[in-house]
Amino acid sequence: MVSMDALPLLIATTLSAGTVLAFAALGLLINERAGILNLGAEGMMLVAALAGFATAVHTGNDWIAFAAGMGAGALMAAAFGVLVIWLNTNQYATGLALSLFGTGFSAFMGIRYTKETLPARPEWNYAGLSHLEFAGPALFRQHPLVYVAIVLTIALAWFLYRSRAGLVLRAVGESPESAHALGYPVRRIRLAAVMAGGALCGLSGAYISVVYTPLWVEGMVAGKGWIALALTTFATWRPARVLLGAYLFGGVTMLQFHLQGEGVDVPSQILSMLPYLATIVVLVLISRNAAWIRVNMPASLGKPFSPGS
Amino acid sequence: MTQLSKRTLLSIAGWSTLAATAALVGCGKKEEPAPAPAPAEPASAAAPAPKADPLKISFVYVGSIGDGGWTFAHDNARKALEKEFGDKISTSYVENVPEGADAERVFRDQAGQGAKLVFGTTFGYMEPILKVAPELKDVKFEHATGFKTADNVRTYDSRTYEGAYMAGIIAGAMTKSNTLGVVGSVPIPEVIRNINSFTLGAQSVNPKIKTKVVWVNEWLNPPKESEAATSLINGGADVLMQNTDSNAVLKTAESKGKYAFGWDSDMTSYGPQAHLASAVINWAPYYIKATKDTLEGTWATGGVWWGVKEGAIDIVSISDKVPAEIKTKVETVKAGLKDGTFSIWKGPIVGADGKEVLKADQVADDKFLSGITFYVKGVEGKVPGGK
Repeated sequence: MVSMDALPLLIATTLSAGTVLAFAALGLLINERAGILNLGAEGMMLVAALAGFATAVHTGNDWIAFAAGMGAGALMAAAFGVLVIWLNTNQYATGLALSLFGTGFSAFMGIRYTKETLPARPEWNYAGLSHLEFAGPALFRQHPLVYVAIVLTIALAWFLYRSRAGLVLRAVGESPESAHALGYPVRRIRLAAVMAGGALCGLSGAYISVVYTPLWVEGMVAGKGWIALALTTFATWRPARVLLGAYLFGGVTMLQFHLQGEGVDVPSQILSMLPYLATIVVLVLISRNAAWIRVNMPASLGKPFSPGS
Repeated sequence: MTQLSKRTLLSIAGWSTLAATAALVGCGKKEEPAPAPAPAEPASAAAPAPKADPLKISFVYVGSIGDGGWTFAHDNARKALEKEFGDKISTSYVENVPEGADAERVFRDQAGQGAKLVFGTTFGYMEPILKVAPELKDVKFEHATGFKTADNVRTYDSRTYEGAYMAGIIAGAMTKSNTLGVVGSVPIPEVIRNINSFTLGAQSVNPKIKTKVVWVNEWLNPPKESEAATSLINGGADVLMQNTDSNAVLKTAESKGKYAFGWDSDMTSYGPQAHLASAVINWAPYYIKATKDTLEGTWATGGVWWGVKEGAIDIVSISDKVPAEIKTKVETVKAGLKDGTFSIWKGPIVGADGKEVLKADQVADDKFLSGITFYVKGVEGKVPGGK
């Protein structure tokens, strides 16, 4: 079914597809660990994709474009953060509103960019590693951001579980009242988390429009924001699981196309459902037992917090 | 922030948003009157014999003009209409109308704004148009790629398979791996026919080729189109073709050093190295005819299927990389399609299962062509949900 010479290429494209989801999901993980659920991922990614693409067109520099995407994501997340953290608006409704706004806003602002193209990118080669027999084409011909995603996962895991700041973040997510009682600036920590999450979602969006499919068309994120949201939950809020889940979800699409190309008749609609089905299964499993919920889910996720109330 | 001031702040925010939205909706309507009427209006108002109001024509698009493909082609034809008829007509368009119930609302809305000729530019508008048409008997509806008509609904389509065949000729000549790849949109007869015609065209110059197909199940989804293209390239295809609406496949081919075609519109600029040719649809000849019919009162229901002969299909911007004798062959086929001496679907043609579908010298009629749900020999895989 998957021939030996197709396997390295399949792995390579899975890594690339998974990176898109990985950045967004890791960003959402930071949010949700602090107790904020940002449903606006799709909107943030779209605006960031446009920002990144437009910047790449005007400056010709990919890295500035990524920075622009991160900035756009952080800005939108900040707006969301102020509404949700200080004005205590309902997180779900506000997140959805952000998503819808981002979709429309990016479509409107992006009209003149649909005709633009980016110059072809050079092949990425890493000092001899890419010439290895199997591992070369499979692992070492990727854009640097793919490796950044892996490093980021490790860094995030270290941050959350081995650093004081990460402990405080998790505390804010588990019990903001207790953290507040201890004197931590809960709302500012949450805002920082939300903005960091927005920046990573923005990086994901910019990666899509500058590296993955270098063009701009409205709605081009095509649901990856929602998949990232599902992915964070599916991975029970742990960075390593998020990364593996990202490759899994990303790989499913590529595998489906590969199978089609080989002549195997797999209904694509079922494969499109899989990420969401898997998430529902995980949610059902961890919700059966109160102890499991406590262990796996940040306790204050989605709940508003008001100091002094 | 005390509770009281927070409430006041929120209510101010709420009312101002409402006011801003109302202002925007009131001022903005996507109307594009032809350039002539504006300065001509005061003059015609003073003229003794009142000039007839310009015919209002409305276009309903399933995608956005920025797709650089399907909807872009329709909009180019709309602009050609404005050029041709000047101040006799005024056109408007609505983009991104999804197929289904929402479309009904849009058609009613356009008719309510005075449109007397409405173009629905995608297959999925069939039921919405048929539902709305009996209530709006003085509006003429033109439905693209459909097959049901009514007293005030007629259908039109273009023989995209002719463009696909000519692209296939070029593909068969340019491939080095003898594997062609097609990114398919939705598995309806039109698209399957295009895949087959592409394969037949390639086989006419290179009998060894085989075609791989990957379906994205949507007309427009650039990231998915790109993933599908990558998957085909990974599977060995070095010339790609698509039936989807954007330029993502061409761009992917460009970034990976393979060849591809423009589809529906000229896509040369999106992939200068990869672009071999563009199979374009020119809706202008038909739109001009439909408008003329309406203006002269000779509009009658029916259905047309126009191709190279009527100027609706063409293959343009053939790259210099294509050898001269292939360019000549394409020109010969084009001329043959124009004067009717050449038929693409002429037997003997064998299906992918080995059974003959057209006997030697038998020419397929339109009925046969509309019902193609099988792959011809040379196309790998099975038609999704089909035989």
